[in-house]
Amino acid sequence: MIPGSFSYHRPASVADAVKLLSDLGDDARPLAGGHSLVPMMKLRLATPAHLVDLHGIATLKGIRRDGSNLVIGAMTTQHELLASDDIAQSMPILHEAALLIADPQVRYRGTIGGNVANGDPGNDMPALMMTAGATYRLEGAGGARDVAAADFYQGAYFTALEPGEILTAVSIPVPAAGHGYAYEKLKRKVGDYATAAAAVVLTMSGGKVATCSIGLTNVHETPLLATDAAKAVIGTSLDAATLKKAAAAAEAIMAPAADARGPVEYRKHVGGIMVTRALQRAAAKAK
Amino acid sequence: MAKTHVTMKVNGAEVEGLVEPRTLLVHFIRENLQMTGTHIGCETTHCGACTVDIDGMSVKSCTMFAVQAQGSDITTIEGMANADGTLSALQEGFRMMHGLQCGFCTPGMIMRAHRLLKENPSPSEQEIRMGISGNICRCTGYQNIVKAIQYAAAKINGVEFKEAAE
Repeated sequence: MIPGSFSYHRPASVADAVKLLSDLGDDARPLAGGHSLVPMMKLRLATPAHLVDLHGIATLKGIRRDGSNLVIGAMTTQHELLASDDIAQSMPILHEAALLIADPQVRYRGTIGGNVANGDPGNDMPALMMTAGATYRLEGAGGARDVAAADFYQGAYFTALEPGEILTAVSIPVPAAGHGYAYEKLKRKVGDYATAAAAVVLTMSGGKVATCSIGLTNVHETPLLATDAAKAVIGTSLDAATLKKAAAAAEAIMAPAADARGPVEYRKHVGGIMVTRALQRAAAKAK
Repeated sequence: MAKTHVTMKVNGAEVEGLVEPRTLLVHFIRENLQMTGTHIGCETTHCGACTVDIDGMSVKSCTMFAVQAQGSDITTIEGMANADGTLSALQEGFRMMHGLQCGFCTPGMIMRAHRLLKENPSPSEQEIRMGISGNICRCTGYQNIVKAIQYAAAKINGVEFKEAAE
């Protein structure tokens, strides 16, 4: 399978990249790791006339601290994320989730920016970013703006990105020391998208849940924040009745597609189980 | 579509060629360079048969354009034997442990295992299985591939290889 013809551009700066994208218009696509776009091009489901490869832009790489936030450049790969001691220590849920993405080869090329910007409901990082309260930096010909991950996703492959804009970085508030976390992902095999997955970040105080945030992957056309489910567990010790209530509240907002991963009812059912497991594991980890 | 001139290092030798932007790296390696050890399996980024080593990373060469490899340092299965032509530890491991049947996945398996052992010279069985989880074999059931990599790790580390009891 060979992609359709296109012109290749390799800008060296974000300014050059956004200028190219706005000049070339709808026929141009930015290219990050390429592990979603290139397969789509081979199937001719994507036929861009121009590819703007972001690999030549050094400023889009790397992980740094900005006050109490971790800022990850969009072209940082999942492999680089996994190699970061800072992330392993201060945001271990990112480390845990990155290990569940695709396979080693894909993680050497796949980027955090591509994962969150593509708008694919099967991608793991978007729900995680919503759970962690992350903000995306979007840059276009008209300048830069910040959009909360929770406001970014509008539909499958449909996001707040305007034509000509690229996502250049994600900024994540570092969770409180001693927080509990878990990303529970049910998948058929290594490399598959989630049948359903749940991210939980919480803090405990005196054996009770003090704060909690829950995100859901691949059970709707966008990633979801399960706010009612999170509210249901605050102030509880996660007893069986509470867990049941939280799972039901999460299932109530799920609207997965029926596909090879299972019918709607099954995917919602296991989605609830992922929430339960993630809550239990996160609570056990919290200090 | 205008062709682009690319240069890169493959198995230690400087190579060059004219490619369309849409030329996948695996096609450049197989057709322009006539090195057909790198296999094309699924063409959809799943099977790992096309895995090569690029600048210290295992990459599925069917999912990268040749123009993107400009200036990079690539190793393919043709570059895996020792300088004197004898089999490298990994190649010997696959031979001794019967780590292949039809052999189609083997170049990708060896290239992936090569990088895995560079990053983790003494992997556990579980680390090997996760480490090669981007490579699909439809013959062996993986058991002997895991043993082949364990054999190579032992040889590289200068320790005696002991097969685990089954």
